[in-house]
Amino acid sequence: MPSTEELQQRIESAIPGARAEVEDLTGGGDHFRAEVVAEQFAGLSRIEQHKLVYAVFGQEVGHEIHALSIATSTPDLNPTSEATR
Amino acid sequence: MTNEEIRAFIERAIAENEVMLFMKGTPTEPRCGFSARSASMLNTLSVQYAALDILPDPRIKQELIEVSGWPTTPQLFVKGELIGGCDIMTEMYESGELAQTLGVEMPADEQADLGQPDPTQGPISLENRLG
Repeated sequence: MPSTEELQQRIESAIPGARAEVEDLTGGGDHFRAEVVAEQFAGLSRIEQHKLVYAVFGQEVGHEIHALSIATSTPDLNPTSEATR
Repeated sequence: MTNEEIRAFIERAIAENEVMLFMKGTPTEPRCGFSARSASMLNTLSVQYAALDILPDPRIKQELIEVSGWPTTPQLFVKGELIGGCDIMTEMYESGELAQTLGVEMPADEQADLGQPDPTQGPISLENRLG
């Protein structure tokens, strides 16, 4: 059963420069939410951004990982950078 | 029904229905919280849509994933294009972008409860011939 740390590391190593925060939504190790911030998302549609994250896990999504909820943003659009404006 | 026929059916459903939702269960009897929420957003926006239950045959899901390149259900297509699943729909719903994409006005009470689809606003039902 994958852990949140494992998912986070896999996203961050597969998408260069990405920062991921992964949450186990049910505590059961199969419903996760990932918030991913990456430069690489710039210029991509939301669909394309989410597909990049899903691609990290391939066939596991829908199987070992029953559900993976995704939120993506680029560093500029990340709400946490609001203060620097 | 062969896998090819299922795929052709899915492709035709996407091409022929301007708003096409693939989901677990039906809009009135959703079998998954994400599917329920997605159908509910469309109901709240009062758009007409076709919905297809992917559960009756596991091959429907396999073929849908092949067609769309998207691994989870629900999946919303508008004018033949994949818009996304429940997360993207929710994000777009909240920003008003979903209403815009669907060419409808956001209802005045935009905080409408998304918990359950409203069965009184019946969507177009797509006969499920895949079973």
